[in-house]
Amino acid sequence: MLSRLPRSLASSSKVAQRRFISTTTRRRSEALFAHRDTTYNNPKIPFEFNAENVKRAQAIIAKYPPQYKKAAVIPLLDLAQRQNNGWTSISAMNHVATVLEMPPMRVYEVATFYTMFNREPIGKNFVQVCTTTPCVLRGSTEILDTVCNELGGIKPGQTTKDGKFTVIEVECQGACSNAPMMVVGDDFYEDLTPATTKKILDAFSRGDKPKPGPQSGRLTSENSAGLTALTSKPYGPGEFCSPEFQ
Amino acid sequence: MFRSSSAATQTLLKGLGSATRVARPFRAKLRSQRSFATVADPPVRRYGGLKDQDRIFTNVYCKHDHGIKGAMSRGDWHKTKEILLKGDSWIIQSIKDSGLRGRGGAGFPSGLKWSFMNKPNWQQDPRPRYLVVNADEGEPGTCKDREILRGDPHKLVEGCLVAGRGMNASAAYIYVRGEFYQEASHLQQAIDEAYAAGFLGKNACGSGYDFDVYVHRGAGAYICGEETALIESLEGKQGKPRLKPPFPADVGLFGCPTTVANVETVAVAPTICRRGGSWFASFGRERNQGTKLFCISGHVNNPCVIEEEMSIPLKDLIDKHCGGVVGGWDNLLGIIPGGCSVPVLPKDTCAEVLMDFDSLKDAQSGLGTGAVIVMNKSTDIVSAIARFSQFYQHESCGQCTPCREGTTWMSKVMKRLVEGRGHQREIDMLLEITKQIEGRTICALGDAAAWPIQGLMRHFRPEVERRIAEFQAVHGHVGFGGHLASAVDNTLAVPDNLALRQPEPQSRV
Repeated sequence: MLSRLPRSLASSSKVAQRRFISTTTRRRSEALFAHRDTTYNNPKIPFEFNAENVKRAQAIIAKYPPQYKKAAVIPLLDLAQRQNNGWTSISAMNHVATVLEMPPMRVYEVATFYTMFNREPIGKNFVQVCTTTPCVLRGSTEILDTVCNELGGIKPGQTTKDGKFTVIEVECQGACSNAPMMVVGDDFYEDLTPATTKKILDAFSRGDKPKPGPQSGRLTSENSAGLTALTSKPYGPGEFCSPEFQ
Repeated sequence: MFRSSSAATQTLLKGLGSATRVARPFRAKLRSQRSFATVADPPVRRYGGLKDQDRIFTNVYCKHDHGIKGAMSRGDWHKTKEILLKGDSWIIQSIKDSGLRGRGGAGFPSGLKWSFMNKPNWQQDPRPRYLVVNADEGEPGTCKDREILRGDPHKLVEGCLVAGRGMNASAAYIYVRGEFYQEASHLQQAIDEAYAAGFLGKNACGSGYDFDVYVHRGAGAYICGEETALIESLEGKQGKPRLKPPFPADVGLFGCPTTVANVETVAVAPTICRRGGSWFASFGRERNQGTKLFCISGHVNNPCVIEEEMSIPLKDLIDKHCGGVVGGWDNLLGIIPGGCSVPVLPKDTCAEVLMDFDSLKDAQSGLGTGAVIVMNKSTDIVSAIARFSQFYQHESCGQCTPCREGTTWMSKVMKRLVEGRGHQREIDMLLEITKQIEGRTICALGDAAAWPIQGLMRHFRPEVERRIAEFQAVHGHVGFGGHLASAVDNTLAVPDNLALRQPEPQSRV
């Protein structure tokens, strides 16, 4: 039957446009996995750990057996990313490969697999809004919209023009009892409302650092309407233990 | 020979079947006709209502000092030396007596798992042995390990030492997910303090036993919560699960015997050893003993993390500790009782189930990590589950074809079903995909991606069918793949397998 298709298609170009069987829209994956040399990201740009990070790197490598130095690749990439303004350039990956004496390809594999390595430059404040179901149930869609509007109508994945903020959607960050939440840099901002979200972003754009944690006034993940557990003084050493451990 | 034997078993089965069919109404009759002489039922035990003195994690809410001083005043590191000197078999026997089952989701008996490390003649094996603690908490809905890591890090560090002694490990690696920066720094602080106090390192606690604990931070991958993927990631590779066997207890981290355990499982070990296995076993139902951290999120008035007795009724847990469902219990739509990878429970079942492994398994769901996600009637349940499908699509490591392709496929279909753009028969096709993924992958991520959809269709199929019918009422007939029949050019030959000209089956609504 399909053999008949081309003949009828050839008759008019208009029909060819309306053919739906093979018209799947080309969708790109969320991140480009191939490296392309650019002016800001190419192997010729020098990168080396500074003196402080060299010491840290040595401490990290010492945690693993000497013949398995490459186990330190994730912590070292993280270190390199922090030194390189929050993103992992090709030179940073190459340097980590040299330090750990492993083929650069193995480092690229790791850097592309894990979502916390940004392989494109990011803004000064990296805003990650959790949009997985537990957060959606508590209104994270609204939070994401607020963040995007507040930062001049950018879309998730984009950086503001002044280079101060990058916004992305992320999967569950493990603070579901404090949903909705967002991460700015390394800090969790939880129990958000559109108003508190605006306040946090304002503070960051002024260059301040607002207090991380729940913004609703409760402490960590306690019951906000008064504790239902752990109300008494915690028991001390040896209390309630079996006789030999008292 | 084979045929005759199978025929014999068939008749046997038939006989059994008819026997059970007869027996059930008969037994029910007996119970209703009980006379004065029958023995009284044992008193019904209600679970829940754990007292503060029986809570293991006394600093979940970070109200007290998380450093070594505060931890010691709350009973950590108390006579740890004596526990270590009791030896490996005593520690493992205590854990076995306590009935502790792994708190990471699968619920495997911990004492048994730890004992796999001490095979006969293990002393002759020159390889080092590792305990790996899984703090890569990424299951949507779960936030319990985080509270342990930042509130009670010393419980975990001490737990590593005790569990490590039990399985004769030489070092422990704690794999903390990369996003938990504050938690990892609290943990690192606890480890540094413990080394400074002589509790870790050479001659730990003065017991003559050498033990090291290291923190390793991940970099954001849900799949690294799977034990072999975690080992791969710890070795500095992509987190792609390994085939088993060999099991990690034979060939694990760096090719050495390894046991991977959840944070909560390890952190409760010292307290169990000090207070006795029977104390821990006194909570919860048989085979589901102990206390457990539950994290409740979603549509409840006061979401929180709480340590409660196992087997507490789900309704009690929500009403007592979370101020009830938003809009009252009657406004409840469904609950996901154990993190996103277990099927959803409808309202009626929620009122009955107990929060333990067996009760939830009987209700065709699972305890998972004890992450309760509550959804009230304002929830768009199809889009909630579609979001989970998208999560699994994002987090599939790409190693096994059924999972890599299937999660993408399911996510696409689910996205269409949110607005109802589909054919009624596509629901069954979707279910068939889930069945094809389930059990055909190296790790359980494929299963986990399949179950939420199966749960949705089991309990909320009429809702999905209604959406399809409504969409078709507006847009006309829809073929497979979301193609609108109205967009078909009838001058072209159209493949039959798109069901564009097939009538819809009669809806069951």
